[in-house]
Amino acid sequence: MAFQNARMLAPDDRLAKTGPVRRVFRRVEAGALIGAVVVWAFFALAAPENWLSITGVARILDSSSTLGIMAVAVALLMIGGEFDLSTGVMTGTTGLIAGMLATELNTSIWLAMLVSLVFALAVGFFNGWIVVKTRLPSFIVTLATFFVLRGANVGVTRLVTARVTVSNIDQAIGFLSARGFFNLEFTLLGTQFRTSTIWWIALAFIATWVLQRTRYGNWIFAVGGDVNSARNVGVPSERVKISLFMVTAAAAWLVGMMGILRLRSSVASEGIGQEFVYIIAVVTGGTLLTGGYGSVVGACIGALIFGMARVGIVFAGWDTDWFYSFLGIMLLVAVLVNAFTRKRAEEVRIAAAKARTEEEVT
Amino acid sequence: MAEPILEVRDITKLFGSVIALSKVSTKVYRGEVTCLLGDNGAGKSTLIKILSGVFQPTEGTCHFNGEIVTLRSPREARAMGIATVYQELSLLPLMPIWRNFFLGAEPEKGSALLRRFDIEFAKRTVREELRKMGIEIRDPDQPVGSMSGGERQSIAISRAVYFGAKVLILDEPTAALGVKQAGMVLRYVAQAKARDLGVIFISHNPQHAYTVGDRFFILKHGKVLGSWTKKELSLEDMIRNMSGVDELEALSRELEQIAAGRQERNNGMENES
Repeated sequence: MAFQNARMLAPDDRLAKTGPVRRVFRRVEAGALIGAVVVWAFFALAAPENWLSITGVARILDSSSTLGIMAVAVALLMIGGEFDLSTGVMTGTTGLIAGMLATELNTSIWLAMLVSLVFALAVGFFNGWIVVKTRLPSFIVTLATFFVLRGANVGVTRLVTARVTVSNIDQAIGFLSARGFFNLEFTLLGTQFRTSTIWWIALAFIATWVLQRTRYGNWIFAVGGDVNSARNVGVPSERVKISLFMVTAAAAWLVGMMGILRLRSSVASEGIGQEFVYIIAVVTGGTLLTGGYGSVVGACIGALIFGMARVGIVFAGWDTDWFYSFLGIMLLVAVLVNAFTRKRAEEVRIAAAKARTEEEVT
Repeated sequence: MAEPILEVRDITKLFGSVIALSKVSTKVYRGEVTCLLGDNGAGKSTLIKILSGVFQPTEGTCHFNGEIVTLRSPREARAMGIATVYQELSLLPLMPIWRNFFLGAEPEKGSALLRRFDIEFAKRTVREELRKMGIEIRDPDQPVGSMSGGERQSIAISRAVYFGAKVLILDEPTAALGVKQAGMVLRYVAQAKARDLGVIFISHNPQHAYTVGDRFFILKHGKVLGSWTKKELSLEDMIRNMSGVDELEALSRELEQIAAGRQERNNGMENES
């Protein structure tokens, strides 16, 4: 190694310049975190008496939890470089299937839920399989799935029940135990929380661990970043992508089950439009629309921002008609903040890398 | 001279009626850099794709460690120890160095449900492996996209070396690089050679090839124009062989300048070693 000189092996003194503040800003979640703090502070000023109570916290978490569960799965899918527009309607489809099986055929709700899960996984597999085999954009493929399911939700429900709702699901065998497992109220610190919140937190932990700490997680980043490069080094890209679609469909199933167990009924229009809310929560959390970069924790913070806005508008006594306009503005601000912080972080890194390279070769 | 690690004998490759390669033979030795030179369309890419298992020859044989082998796929070639670093590198710009380095061959620890990527090992190993190539990284978490072209090449090369490559095929590693960056990559090529790998260096830049090469091998229109060791060939002769006789006039003035530069460089190399 005759060519190595002492400078190249000297400990890098520029490392010290990356202070703790910059390190936080560098993180994927930085933009979302700032957004969450701003929204929280905003409603803390607008409606302090409810907002700052433990009941307020419980309401926010409840409002965020099912959205959060979906955001966790959609984040993984989007980091893997794909979209799924059938997620929202899938929460309705799975609920209708389980509900109709339980009420019309009088099966146990557990069996009905199992059949519904199998259906969801099959649709997820189908979405993924079409996307990897045809190489069509997943946006188009899942948009087709969305419309098919949307139509079938109304069509099949009307055929079976002669209405567009499935009700009396609580009459089904095993309803109470299922409700206890998926969506139960419990009292903590004198306030009602729901098990859906615990599901959300647990799934976020698992997904983060898988993404950051496992081989499969590495593959998710890789297939989202550049599927050809990933394939060249031996990543089974098709398996990874198909499995991500299946995970997303399974998450939609879980949210669908939480919905029917809580409301005891299901309507054919359930979930439509929600797919965009999931994607927005994920993007607010710092995940790139183009894939290969992102965070599950960020997506959860994105979901939390939405939950806060939904609850905060009610607490502040505002007209809820304006909720979506408010969300739109918030989304724009969050994404701008996000883009700005990431760009800054990238610039710092690239400048440092350039400086170092020039130093090495001169 | 020892046995060649990789040898091709009388390789012919036809694409329909197009003769891409015609009775090409060459040898690659351990601890040497074999330069494969030639203009665009000379058949360089076809030959390396045969060596890396992408194409199968129409006629002729490949020998690895003295035995006849059939390379049916890139995976097979890689398993045998023939690693190819293409220009596009197969690196993911948004992912950290350590994730890129082990992509597709992640070291794992733990069992059953807790089976996980051994991140500490990955980060430590990346640092050590790059240090062996003469690169000091300060942060294995740095995304590859923020590194220079030369650094990225060197990561791809050290990844191939780490995963047990015995033959390293470098497809125009200096083509897209500036002078300084190219110099950096040439150092890593010399490093790979010093670690007893057989290196095949594809280039159409005679200066770069002559600087690191031990053996030169020029292709033209799918045929071997000749092969030489460094002693047998001057840079002038090499450039003359690579380009046509017609272009010689235009080149002659340039050659004198290059020759003067080589003298300096040769002196420099002697001083270094």
